[in-house]
Amino acid sequence: MFDDFLIRALAAGIGTALIAGPLGCFVLWRRMAYFGDTMSHSALLGVGLGFLAGFAPALGVTLVTVAIAALLILLQRSRALPVDTLLGILSHGALSIGLVVVSLMSGLRIDLMAYLFGDVLSVSRGELAALWAGGAVIIATLLLIWRPLLAVTVDEDLARAEGIKAGLVRGLFMLLIALTIALSMRIVGILLITSLLIIPAAAARQVARSPEVMAIGAAIVGVAAAVLGLNGSFLFDTPSGPSIVVVALGLFVLLSLVRMLKHLRPPGRAD
Amino acid sequence: MSGTGGNTAPLVKGRDLSVRRQGRWILEGVDIDISPGEIVTIIGPNGAGKSTLAKVALGLIAPDRGAVERRGGLSVGYVPQRVSVDASLPMTVERLMRLTRPAKPQAIEAALAETGVAHLAKAPVQRLSGGEFQRVLLARALVAQPQLLVLDEPVQNVDVAGAEALYGLIAGIRDRHGCGVLLISHDLNVVMATADKVLFLHNHLCCAGTPEEVANHHHYISLFGPRPLHPHSAGQSAA
Repeated sequence: MFDDFLIRALAAGIGTALIAGPLGCFVLWRRMAYFGDTMSHSALLGVGLGFLAGFAPALGVTLVTVAIAALLILLQRSRALPVDTLLGILSHGALSIGLVVVSLMSGLRIDLMAYLFGDVLSVSRGELAALWAGGAVIIATLLLIWRPLLAVTVDEDLARAEGIKAGLVRGLFMLLIALTIALSMRIVGILLITSLLIIPAAAARQVARSPEVMAIGAAIVGVAAAVLGLNGSFLFDTPSGPSIVVVALGLFVLLSLVRMLKHLRPPGRAD
Repeated sequence: MSGTGGNTAPLVKGRDLSVRRQGRWILEGVDIDISPGEIVTIIGPNGAGKSTLAKVALGLIAPDRGAVERRGGLSVGYVPQRVSVDASLPMTVERLMRLTRPAKPQAIEAALAETGVAHLAKAPVQRLSGGEFQRVLLARALVAQPQLLVLDEPVQNVDVAGAEALYGLIAGIRDRHGCGVLLISHDLNVVMATADKVLFLHNHLCCAGTPEEVANHHHYISLFGPRPLHPHSAGQSAA
């Protein structure tokens, strides 16, 4: 059944949404939206270096995004520059180096637009299998570190004092984000990956009352955005990645309105 | 794992604890022992290194000199000085109680009832007042029945009457659970009445002993003036 490119595209979009939703909640809670953006912008460099070294693109991307994240953490410690400045430098610097490196490799024919904005319609069966297998590992790991990661997110000292290995948990989380970027860049493109992390999570926040419900809600919003966005993309011949993001944005606005209406109710019945 | 099991060896034993930051000793040569069932209170002016000492005792900061021993498998309940739950994180009081460890619904209910905030179980934590949130944090630290309870300035944002009630509560908790308590405060009057042992800290240990001994010590008097040792006395305007 995966012979049909349409079905493959849907399976890829749904898979990506299922990973990005729950993980994106932590990106939101930990205020790491620009951090994630910086990591994903360095992905193109990973693709280029991966080709040069003979790696699979996904491995190159994982290595480079983790390296960028580590560099960012190191630079933050020095406190010589504000964090948003560091993020801007690394994010645009890595993206530009990536573009230059890829264009210098004359023998390499990369469809640049596909990497920047995603090309879910050209996803191969092998890539789809890698996405779902990798996604299963990511979700399983997230479930395993859910409680400690949430505790570290609320208060790191408190978590450590009560026996949680905060450094390990944070490192694993960073690795999960890098893997997610590596596996999903072909679906929405490296410029839009962050939006799939944060928009469904932000939409779910509008109606969720617990972290767990928010994570599941983010996955549902993401899946709905993927299915509707891809269908719209086929129907109106629009680019697939941006179409998914536009639908996610629409769902965010819708759920924000739902929340506003709930708060406009007459007093006396809170929630 | 609750209680002390008759073992009276110290929960935490620190010797010569020293921490250096920016070329300055912010903590120097401090000894600290916390035994089961004992309330140890650290007092001192702002910037005296009180939180630093607690963090060294907990193993959150490695001392630059000296060593701290914690009893093997020591379970800790910690109420940091400032906790803020990001507005983007939906979290009810009930859910916060299971933050670092699983807890049974009855245990959560009992802990919230013990600190007088059972009625807030379903409330989002971001909507609580300062005093309510402190009580919730205390309940959260208690719920797993830790051997050591560490409270950093637990009466911030709490009015005087609320502070007295909270200290009474802490003493009651020690009596019922038999846990050791490490308490940090600059709220001298009330603290003095509940502590078993007081460490008067000003980067180094100025003096240590029973509340009476510390209150009569010349360092204490020179910094805070002579004051009667009674929780209901007037004059909260120290510092």
